[in-house]
Amino acid sequence: MEQKKLAIIATKGSLDWAYPPFILASTASALGYETEIFFTFYGLQLLKKNLNLQVTPLGNPGMPMPMGMDKWFPVALTALPGMQSMMTYMMKKKMADKGVAGLEELRELCQEAEVRLIACQMTVDLFDMNPSDFIDGIEFAGAARFFEFAGESDICLYI
Amino acid sequence: MADFDLELDASGLNCPLPILRAKKSLSGLEAGQVLHIIATDPGSVKDFEAFAKQTGNELMESKEEGGKFHFLIKKA
Repeated sequence: MEQKKLAIIATKGSLDWAYPPFILASTASALGYETEIFFTFYGLQLLKKNLNLQVTPLGNPGMPMPMGMDKWFPVALTALPGMQSMMTYMMKKKMADKGVAGLEELRELCQEAEVRLIACQMTVDLFDMNPSDFIDGIEFAGAARFFEFAGESDICLYI
Repeated sequence: MADFDLELDASGLNCPLPILRAKKSLSGLEAGQVLHIIATDPGSVKDFEAFAKQTGNELMESKEEGGKFHFLIKKA
C-alpha cells in the first residue's frame, strides 16, 4: 500500500489554534502518513524558538470562561488590559491539569516523526521576521513548493 | 491479560499522546512482540482501534479495569 499523504496550511498564531496542526500532523505520522505543514501569516508564530502564544476571549463567544463568565461577564470588558494574559494563564493551567501536551513537546514529536515544517518566505519578508528566531530543521519556501506536495496529498487541511 | 513484552503507562495523558507514545514504543519491538498500554483517556478506546486498523498492528485486547483502559497490541 502506498504511503498516504497529509498536507496542512497553518495560518493562525494563537495558543488554542496552535494545537490542531501539531496534533493532526503528529498523529498522522504515527499512523504512517507522510506529512507536511506550511506555515503562513500568523501561523509562523508556531515556528518561533520561544513560543509566547496567547489566547483571547475577545470576539470568541464560544470560549468557555472560568466561573461561567461567558454567561454574565459583559463582552466589552473582555477587552480590558490583563484579560488576555489571565485567560492565557488559565488555559495553560487547564491544559496541564488535563494532561494535554505542551506545544513545544508536540512540535518536537512532529520533528522526530519527520513531519516537514515549511515557513512561508513571503510572510517572513513581509513582517521583517528574523530567520534565526525560528527553530532549526525547517524549510523556507513559497506557495509553489506547497503545491508540489499538496497536489499529491490524500488529505489537505487549511487551519 | 495475556503476556506482553513491554509496558507503557500513558495514564494522565491526553490525545494524541497515548497514540504517539505507543507508536514510539512499538518501533522498539520486533514483529510479533506485544505492547501493553495503560491509559486513562476515554478517547483512547476508539483511538487504539483506529490506530491498529490503519497501521496493521493487531489490537489483541481492549478492556477497562479499575478505572483504567488496557490495550494489548501485537506488532505486525
